[in-house]
Amino acid sequence: MSLFDWFANRRKSNSQVTEPQEREIADGLWTKCPSCGVLTYTKDLQSNQMVCLDCGHHLRIYADERVQQLIDPGSWLPLDENLAPTDPLGFRDRKAYHDRIRETQDKTGLIDAVQTGLGKLDGLPIGLGVMDFRFMGGSMGSVVGEKLTRMIERSTRERLPVVIVCASGGARMQEGMLSLMQMAKISAALERHRATHLLYMPVLTHPTTGGVTASFAMLGDVILAEPKATIGFAGRRVVEQTLREKLPDDFQTSEYLLNHGFVDAIVPRTQLKKTLAQLIRLHQPYAPTPLTTHAHGVYGGSTTSSVNGFTHVLEQTEHLPDGLPLRLSAEES
Amino acid sequence: MPNSDRKPLLLDFEKPLAELDARISQIRELAEENDVDVTDQICQLESRATQLRQEIFGSLTPAQRLQVARHPRRPSTLDYVQAITDDWIELHGDRSTGNDDLALVGGLARLEGRPVMILGHQKGRDTKDNIRRNFGMASPGGYRKAMRLMEHANRFGMPIVTFIDTCGANPGAEAERLGQGEAIAYNLREMFRLEVPILCTVIGEGGSGGALGIGVGDRLLMFEHSVYMVASPEACAAILWRDAGKAPQAAEALKITATDLLQLGLVDQILPEPVGGAHSNPLQTAATLKQALLDNLAVLTQMTRQQLKEERYQKFRKMGVYTQLAG
Ligand SMILES: [Zn+2]
Repeated sequence: MSLFDWFANRRKSNSQVTEPQEREIADGLWTKCPSCGVLTYTKDLQSNQMVCLDCGHHLRIYADERVQQLIDPGSWLPLDENLAPTDPLGFRDRKAYHDRIRETQDKTGLIDAVQTGLGKLDGLPIGLGVMDFRFMGGSMGSVVGEKLTRMIERSTRERLPVVIVCASGGARMQEGMLSLMQMAKISAALERHRATHLLYMPVLTHPTTGGVTASFAMLGDVILAEPKATIGFAGRRVVEQTLREKLPDDFQTSEYLLNHGFVDAIVPRTQLKKTLAQLIRLHQPYAPTPLTTHAHGVYGGSTTSSVNGFTHVLEQTEHLPDGLPLRLSAEES
Repeated sequence: MPNSDRKPLLLDFEKPLAELDARISQIRELAEENDVDVTDQICQLESRATQLRQEIFGSLTPAQRLQVARHPRRPSTLDYVQAITDDWIELHGDRSTGNDDLALVGGLARLEGRPVMILGHQKGRDTKDNIRRNFGMASPGGYRKAMRLMEHANRFGMPIVTFIDTCGANPGAEAERLGQGEAIAYNLREMFRLEVPILCTVIGEGGSGGALGIGVGDRLLMFEHSVYMVASPEACAAILWRDAGKAPQAAEALKITATDLLQLGLVDQILPEPVGGAHSNPLQTAATLKQALLDNLAVLTQMTRQQLKEERYQKFRKMGVYTQLAG
């Protein structure tokens, strides 16, 4: 059992060890880059989306910062903000899970480890989930599973592409098997999203490991990663235990995954919004005439729907519900 | 089936039983040598042994159950295949990684006349076999082979039967290079697409994502002394307690037993084991398994494809416990 133990051990300790290391003085006037050690005026760093101006290191950012970076101002509609963790197992290690939740909530101001919502990315309506590593290492319990599943289901109904920014040490042990099953639940929602020919793009950020890697992080139609993020299933230390030789330096990094065919592109944070918009537009139907013209009358239904004050243009022309290619409708019109 | 007349491998809590059994045979021998009638005494001791066995196995702690689940003599996937099928041909390879993963086996079988696809983790029967089979820790090639065989079953309209018995997916460097995370993730999603019945049974140890990789089904059955866990108690203790010695407490806290998981709504049915555990009577255990599979298949094969998919989705959709804060 020792291999597996070490793996799980590493997976968790990874998150606990690296967590306090970064952004300790994030809210100070100056921020020290954890990679090159250079002190930068925090405002300058922020205006560069927390990417070190000196060495290009991507500092950890919080979920709300990520939302601001990706979503057009005024278009963010958060979903299920009040969904909160409970302690279904009555779990207690050195500390009761119940207390751990409350302390983390007080410390971070977050309710759990993911934010979800609908919004516009460069004018394009999307469903977005952003994990927050501050909350118990971004670990996936029932709330993370439920919020992501609801967001994906809603995106399927509203025919929206989905983007999930991953940052997680894996499943949340304190919720036992309920955590593990979230992997299946989210994957199920992604299967339905996929079956309706909608686009899903996970963005892998540091770190993306364990159960998140073994589910929605790896299920993208297109998978993007931030530079030099740790991405893997098992932890590096347990992997090392299975070998005599040394692992390559870039083992389990974005670059390693790109070279081994598990990531489509490494995108610097400052290019992420642009790249996502580019990819979404490339999946829109080729339409020499305005979209609404040939959509009209073919499917009957309305092409817009109002969601809490902002209007989503439903991309109904993008895909027929039964999966027939768009060309049919074009011929008909 | 594991050979039960070899020297028994004793778990700690089985020792009082073994001592009692030894005493019974000792008395019997002495009585024979001295030509004394000890029938009453023997009867008494034997009923005491039965009682003790029931007491011990009726009140196993989660940590003890884990020991039973990991018992080296516990029947494995291929043992059950041998015992319950009329016809069996193992199929090999995922057609992509360039080798065949022996830690996850699969093939076509006939179960009371009905063709089914059977898949399962396969631990080794001895050290040599364990090395070949990587202690039942499957690699990406294993999960991709499983998917290939499930696609096959889907194409030919055969029910899929999976047996879960692994301490986890292979955490080695090669497995990482070949995309262990992706291989499991892909199965999780695609198993929701399949339109044939999928029946999963935890026969021993259900270790985290490596178990779930063949564990998405219409029904999840668990043997009485099997366990299913998000992380091993040893790892959990080392991380959360910072003390691997706290594994028994972790085993308790993680809620890994069949009864716990039934209560949490994650498991559909518990299959009883003989007193003394599956390894004490493999044939009886196999018969229980076979009957449960047949009963469940009888129901599932009556359902339409759409019904199966919809109910499978809803089954997992309900999993999770959370609350809605006011405001
Ligand atoms: Zn730097």
